[in-house]
Amino acid sequence: MLNKAMREIVAKARKTGWILEPDAKRMLGLAGVNIPDFKMAATMEEAVAAADRIGYPVVAKVVSPDIMHKSDVQGVKVGIRDAEALQKTFADFSTKKGFCGVLVEEMVTGTELIIGALIDYQFGPVILLGVGGTGVEIYQDTAIRMAPVAEEDVIAMVGSLKGAALLKGYRGEDPVNIQDLTQLMLSVSNLVMALEDDMASMDLNPVKCDQSRCVVADARIILAAE
Amino acid sequence: MNFEPLFKPKTIAVFGVSLSNDRHPANVIYNKILLRYPVKVYPVNPKGGMLQQDRVYTEVSRIPNKIDLAVIAARAEFVPAILEDCIQNQVGGAVIISGGFAETGHRELQDKLVQLARAADFPFIGPNCLGIYAPARFDTFFLPGERLVRPDPGNVAIISQSGGVLVDQMVKFAEQGIGLSLAISIGNKALLREMELLKYLATDENTRVIAFYVEGFSRREGRRFVQAASLFPKPVVVLKSGKTAAGSRAVSSHTASLAGDYRVFSEIMAQYGVVEAVNEFEMASFCEALSCYQKRVAGNVGIISASGGHGALASDICAVRGLTLPQLTENTQASMLKKLSSSIQSIASIQNPVDLTGSAVDDDFVAAAECLSDSPEVDSVLLLLLPYSPGVSADLGARLSYVFRRSGKLLVAYVPHQEKYRMLIEGFELNNVPVSPSIEGAVLMIDAVRRCKTC
Repeated sequence: MLNKAMREIVAKARKTGWILEPDAKRMLGLAGVNIPDFKMAATMEEAVAAADRIGYPVVAKVVSPDIMHKSDVQGVKVGIRDAEALQKTFADFSTKKGFCGVLVEEMVTGTELIIGALIDYQFGPVILLGVGGTGVEIYQDTAIRMAPVAEEDVIAMVGSLKGAALLKGYRGEDPVNIQDLTQLMLSVSNLVMALEDDMASMDLNPVKCDQSRCVVADARIILAAE
Repeated sequence: MNFEPLFKPKTIAVFGVSLSNDRHPANVIYNKILLRYPVKVYPVNPKGGMLQQDRVYTEVSRIPNKIDLAVIAARAEFVPAILEDCIQNQVGGAVIISGGFAETGHRELQDKLVQLARAADFPFIGPNCLGIYAPARFDTFFLPGERLVRPDPGNVAIISQSGGVLVDQMVKFAEQGIGLSLAISIGNKALLREMELLKYLATDENTRVIAFYVEGFSRREGRRFVQAASLFPKPVVVLKSGKTAAGSRAVSSHTASLAGDYRVFSEIMAQYGVVEAVNEFEMASFCEALSCYQKRVAGNVGIISASGGHGALASDICAVRGLTLPQLTENTQASMLKKLSSSIQSIASIQNPVDLTGSAVDDDFVAAAECLSDSPEVDSVLLLLLPYSPGVSADLGARLSYVFRRSGKLLVAYVPHQEKYRMLIEGFELNNVPVSPSIEGAVLMIDAVRRCKTC
């Protein structure tokens, strides 16, 4: 079930048709999903203050109802080391179409996965796990299940990926925290069930996983047409 | 809703017979039931008169017998009145052959049928369908008997949205010796859809395997279908068309572009243990295998052949399908070697795949089969028989079947020519060992059992 704050996020996004990243992250946070420390900054001063609190290096991302794919318009800057660089990025982003602020966020590292969901006409809520990042459509390495999923479903999904070896510690790399990944999948699965009547699809891409935790680094929720 | 009168009728009335056109669908249906099946059948036409030497009834109430099943092949606009009449006269169910409903834009006429039937708890199949084929009991197909390839009675039920695909699948079943319990063409599936039939067949004692040809489900129907299928103890096989149809989804989300309609369908079928066939060949192979064998296997295959090439080809297909060929233990190898005829002991290869060579005789095949059926490393055995080699007799099929009936392991056989080696093949098939005319088909059969979650 969606709580009041979640309902408000959905209602607010109706006009644009999709939930912008800061609100999508808040929604995920409310659903118990790990998200990075972040702040939506409307002004340059707010952005610098947020970065001071979070600690450099930080990531900055443009927030605009007109920009769904931020990297297509160079709207993502990672590894910002100081206030000067952040101010420069802010100024650059502020010229982009529909600009309404900059999301300042802690840097997260790890193996990149995609977790997605959609409401299928024939099957209803469906959840997807795949090898992620910008190459998802090239690798097409995904597992799909009808939601809600149980713990054993998630384990089977991980096992069925061609990239499963990457997650389990390939060639001396540390394995990712499968327990945390499973927990994250279960939380997303619950959220998708609760959003069944409201959303069309959800992209959590990338989700970054390392040995200690899995964090949703970027999120977008597209609402169903009313 | 009581489906018994629909699927096990003792009396049938055929509506819409023509007094002047012998080739009218209603006449074809009436004639075949009259001459070929152990049910009472009555022709109905409001004009009355005589059809050949039988009285044509003007309405169902005039028939001197309670009617279980109405087969309606009259013009679409007359169908609602006929249906009402059937309901009033306690007919048990109907097959509506007639077209001219939702498929031609006359949705309101179809909705009228559904309304009438729902209000009276009256089951009907169709409209716009071939209806029901129940081997040796009755059928409502408007195809003349001599044109149909007729599978024997058996334990596989097929439900198809397309009548054409259904008839074609029946040809393949007959060719491969797969028996049918029921074949149902559901056409526009206005009232009875896949779900209702799945539930009925799950309780039908003549049916062990339930197969579907599906074009698409309605909103959330797929969800209800897989959930129901996973609760029933019978294997469900599905063949889906429209795999490549372009999705209508917005491509703005990665998930939507990765999870196309067909991928979602296919992975969810697997999630719920529904065995998906990707083509009609797989459909027939899967149905045959599951109609014979329904115990769980992990897919550890032991292969016995009389030719190294056949063993190698089969190994390759097993690998593609994710089936494993475990190494045979020294124990298994030693006991097999000891039992083989002395003439082949030095030339046979007793690794997996086992190659008994073209010099092997019946006793060698039986000996190798006994060893593999006793060896715990193998849970299914693939037998590649080359009946043109002179040591193989027509009795071998039955002899090998008995070995596996004792051990309870899965045995699947490849025999290359259906007609020439018929007696050998029947020796297998009549003893519940599935046989394929291709190596790939035989491997598919093992794969079907491995993928079946209710097994």
